[in-house]
Amino acid sequence: MTARRIALTVNGARHEAETPVRQHLADFLRGTLGLTGTHLGCEHGVCGACTVLLDGRAVRACLILAVQAEGRSVTTVEGLAPDNGPLHPLQAAFCANHGLQCGFCTPGMLTTLAEFLKDSPDPTEEEVRVAISGNLCRCTGYDSIVAATMEAARALREARA
Amino acid sequence: MMDGITPEAARHILPAGPGKVVGRGVARIEDGPLLRGEGRFAADVNFPRQLHMRVVRAELAHARLLRVDASAARTMPGVVAVWTAEDVAEIPPIPFRATKVRGLEPYCQPVLARDRLRYVGEPVAVVFADDAYRAEDAAEMVVVEAEELPVLLDATAPPAEFAPGLDTEPTVVRKEYGEVGAAFRAAHAVVELELSVGRHSGVPLETRGAIARYDASSDVLELHGTAKKQHWNRDEIARLLGRPPNGVHLFEGHVGGGFGVRGELYPEDLLVCAAALRLRRPIKWIEDRREHFVATNHSREQHHRIRAAVDAEGRLLAIDDAFFHDQGAYVRTHGARVADLAAGMLPGPYRLPAYRVAGHFRLTNKTPAATYRAPGRFETTFVRERLMDAIAHRLGLDPVEVRRRNLVAAAEMPFARPLDTLGTDIILDSGDYEGLLDKALARFGWDAMQEELAARRAAGECVGAGLAFFVEKSGLGPSDGVRISIDATGAVELVSGAASVGQGVETVLAQICAEALGVDYARVRVVHGRTDRIEFGNGAHASRVTVMSGSATWEAALAVREMALETAGTLLQLPPSELTIAEGVVCRADGATGPSVTLAEVARRMGPNAPEMRGRTPGLTAERWFWSDHMAYPYGVHLAQLRIDRGTGAVTVERYLVANDIGRAINPVLVEGQIRGGFAQGLGGALFEEFRYDPQGQPLSTTFADYLIPTIAEMPVVDVLIAEDAPSPLNPLGVKGAGEGGTNAVGAAFAAAVDDALRRPGAVTSLPILPAQVRRMLDGAA
Amino acid sequence: MKPAPFAYHDPRSIEEVLDLLASLDNARLLAGGQSLMPMLNMRVAFPDHLIDLNRVEGLTGIMEEGGSIRIGAMTRQRDIEESEVIRARLPLLAEALSHVGHRQTRNRGTIGGSLCNLDPSAELVAVATALDAVLEVQGSAGIRELSIHDFPVGFMTPALAPEEMLTAIRLPVPPAGHGTAFTEFARRHGDYAIVSAAVLLVLEGSRIARASLTLGGVGAGPLRLRTAEAMLVGGAPSEATFGAAAAECAGIEAMSDPQAPAWYRRRLSAVLTRRALETAAARAAV
Repeated sequence: MTARRIALTVNGARHEAETPVRQHLADFLRGTLGLTGTHLGCEHGVCGACTVLLDGRAVRACLILAVQAEGRSVTTVEGLAPDNGPLHPLQAAFCANHGLQCGFCTPGMLTTLAEFLKDSPDPTEEEVRVAISGNLCRCTGYDSIVAATMEAARALREARA
Repeated sequence: MMDGITPEAARHILPAGPGKVVGRGVARIEDGPLLRGEGRFAADVNFPRQLHMRVVRAELAHARLLRVDASAARTMPGVVAVWTAEDVAEIPPIPFRATKVRGLEPYCQPVLARDRLRYVGEPVAVVFADDAYRAEDAAEMVVVEAEELPVLLDATAPPAEFAPGLDTEPTVVRKEYGEVGAAFRAAHAVVELELSVGRHSGVPLETRGAIARYDASSDVLELHGTAKKQHWNRDEIARLLGRPPNGVHLFEGHVGGGFGVRGELYPEDLLVCAAALRLRRPIKWIEDRREHFVATNHSREQHHRIRAAVDAEGRLLAIDDAFFHDQGAYVRTHGARVADLAAGMLPGPYRLPAYRVAGHFRLTNKTPAATYRAPGRFETTFVRERLMDAIAHRLGLDPVEVRRRNLVAAAEMPFARPLDTLGTDIILDSGDYEGLLDKALARFGWDAMQEELAARRAAGECVGAGLAFFVEKSGLGPSDGVRISIDATGAVELVSGAASVGQGVETVLAQICAEALGVDYARVRVVHGRTDRIEFGNGAHASRVTVMSGSATWEAALAVREMALETAGTLLQLPPSELTIAEGVVCRADGATGPSVTLAEVARRMGPNAPEMRGRTPGLTAERWFWSDHMAYPYGVHLAQLRIDRGTGAVTVERYLVANDIGRAINPVLVEGQIRGGFAQGLGGALFEEFRYDPQGQPLSTTFADYLIPTIAEMPVVDVLIAEDAPSPLNPLGVKGAGEGGTNAVGAAFAAAVDDALRRPGAVTSLPILPAQVRRMLDGAA
Repeated sequence: MKPAPFAYHDPRSIEEVLDLLASLDNARLLAGGQSLMPMLNMRVAFPDHLIDLNRVEGLTGIMEEGGSIRIGAMTRQRDIEESEVIRARLPLLAEALSHVGHRQTRNRGTIGGSLCNLDPSAELVAVATALDAVLEVQGSAGIRELSIHDFPVGFMTPALAPEEMLTAIRLPVPPAGHGTAFTEFARRHGDYAIVSAAVLLVLEGSRIARASLTLGGVGAGPLRLRTAEAMLVGGAPSEATFGAAAAECAGIEAMSDPQAPAWYRRRLSAVLTRRALETAAARAAV
């Protein structure tokens, strides 16, 4: 059995598709579903560019087989501001704080931070730094990403208040 | 000096101070799609019926290639073709761009290895299959038979045979002026150092990719996933594959970081193009990360033996440097450029009466090397600033003072050195070096910090500080053109031959355009990196875009403005000199109410069917070119304060300042981003990153777990001082490039600060500075 | 970097797993996948069969029973790190986990996967050794218990028969009055440590009643410093005692590689041991 049919929820929508069993989740999202926002920077679990949320938890999509996502719920960067709606507060803050240059690491940063801010709505800068310590960025020097995250956390808290 | 400025634009030098949009840290126009996951990076490009290419790479560092057996691979499921060197025999080796150095041609890389394997990772065969997984399955079945040869891994070792009749030193880059011998004979002191910089490189987060398709219906070959040098690459691909350049088009999508290594012409680019033509199907190749570490350009590895002659006050009389540049296995597109830059830029900011340099450009059995952000400068700033520290120590001078005594003075600008690099004479165009040094020292609180460090040392801490001055170069000519058009809806399009590697080119060009035109910068569509939209272009490298394309944008936008005002003047029955453009509307410049007309209406009145345009070229559009024979030289100083863990030898950066005069910041927020990001890469080269090899030439840094890019945990908070004290006289904007100053002096500043913490002047002689080495130096410390 | 072909099995029960292990050749168990998946992507592991444990019932959970805490082999590292029981009763484990990879890998990585992978630098292996963990290993013949000290039998090789699997790990809870500390040195945060030190001290009055010192990263497996432990017991928790114990590291055998030659690993061992001892003693005294 080299392929299987799987059903899963991606960004709120149910998908059913066939996947080779050896295909990792990132290739499934990018190739089979055409969601190319999830980037592959290393395919060995270090760079963090392919981070997606699996049942709400940030994971490396290059280190999970697509078949393992059967019946699960996946959120990718495309799901943060669905249907071309207003930017997620994290996305807006990245733009306002120059939190990206080439943008290749950005989807993984955003998904990682989306989970983080759900768990830690009022973080310290140090906690933000720890949260993204598993995401490589080659352009920014990271500082602006921390600033963006602090701003997004404030915006999310205010929206909730 | 007005070399770069046409008389037309000279009347319109960008006024000092922030403008409406220039000089302001406005948000980027690039960000939307990147934030939503709607970017279009190389791997995101797909075409129906595409095949995936997988490269079979050499596993030996040096060997005679006996046979490549692809028979088993050809029978694997999904495989359409497997090629070896015989299948691409008609494709010439990959050439280099213009260089004055002769005799490099035999050292160029073939697209697939022919008789010899010269580095681990060299392409030997390619597999084309219907799926990336199956292509990789088949590639594993290709059998390479080869007979091992002795490997050469040390560029300072005597040259060996490259091929019959050719040795591994294709050239020696020599530059000399002044009476070097006499200076050394007359010297008060001679300071000698032996220093080396480790092999590391850009390593962008997006690996390379190339997707080619041939459209027989229009007889056009397209290459997607390109970067940096589309027009040159287009011309060369066309030449090497025997097609007219107008039948080849290169497209740039998003580029996940360039840093010098992306967008050069590599074997894989030609292979996908050749296959698209031959197999008549789109061909997609996406480099994987392990391939990237062995296939994409390395950089930096140099070993210097440098001597300085100084007088009793510590003034430089002469420098004599011999260095060994480890080029790796082949000469790639840059030729000997990095060695040439190193030789030309080594003197940096200092007055130097006599200079002699011999750069031994040597091949080894490693991945070929080329440019990486601040090429030849990261290396030579380390070497030169180590030398300045050694001079200070030798003469008992303060390191700041010895630099001060040697800096070229503001009054001496423009300062011509009897040297050239990249085919241009080195004329430092403008600068107040000492002024910036003072600003930086004051901002850092240098003197107070020295007292604080002394107190901490007395309490047992291992802390130190160091500084390094640098001169960058930017705005390499010769030319760049920009075409700006306003359509009948008032939308502005700017087409440039520049490229974007993620640094914010679109925003910066849009800002300049908007400033001149009086429109909203966010509504300027910037087209770049596309050979089908503009005939010529010089891409994005050498910190050239803001200077060259920015100046061309300024001139083109002013030309469009003039046309718009003229037409509007006719419509409004007012002299153009009394009109201005604000928010896309032509109105009275004096602010008085009165008739006005939108740019959209002006554009409609200039359309091909407008009666007024009869006999004239229609359109509210202008193309302007900017030429420059000389480069603009940004400069700056890095100051570092760090502490060393005596137990582990680990270095922790406590404070860091980059002060950088870039003439004029079009977007200060983007400039800061360039500097901080550049610093992070410098930090990598100074403390973490290195391509290591075992004695057989097997690469040891082939994953992100072995090649250590700084994470946020390693990144200190970096203070940035952007100075605009010395606008460049060479362009109407006064700008100098900002891409490389953040990287340039990091290794040098760290070396000085580690020395200082150890209280052992001259202890650091090589980069990267590894904790085990520091631990050993601590053992040797008194 | 795409995996070579394999057959995929996703059993629901331990019995099914054991049946598969007994019937399939060249099969590998897939736990959290944070080490095995990179090896598959890089084609340095070539299993014909992959047996996914992620849907197997009864392999997760943290439970205090008797004097021990039992953790199911498939319990995610993040769940252990954030478990109140672990933070209160085995703070050494929680501390070490903060060094294991990153949030995204701990969301997926499991304790059993890390132990069975037996990387010489793995933090969890060092901690399990320091805490004298007992492993529950299940095979067709039933469950056997195995001391962590007998688990490594070679470089990245656990003492598991091909048809056996690790199902749980039991960690004895140290008595009141103890203090622990985990220190490590890695070139970058989150990387495998060059050297790590896991320390447990039990104080009685002003004397050290029990000491456990384990180094990770110096050899093929975790290294328990029995001689140094013996030196500590009965002594006062003082700088001199700790210095003497740490000095024992000068004699250990250590691996060598270009970024960390053996002498450097020994030096790091001494430094980290000493720092961990000092921290553990301070924590015990509170």
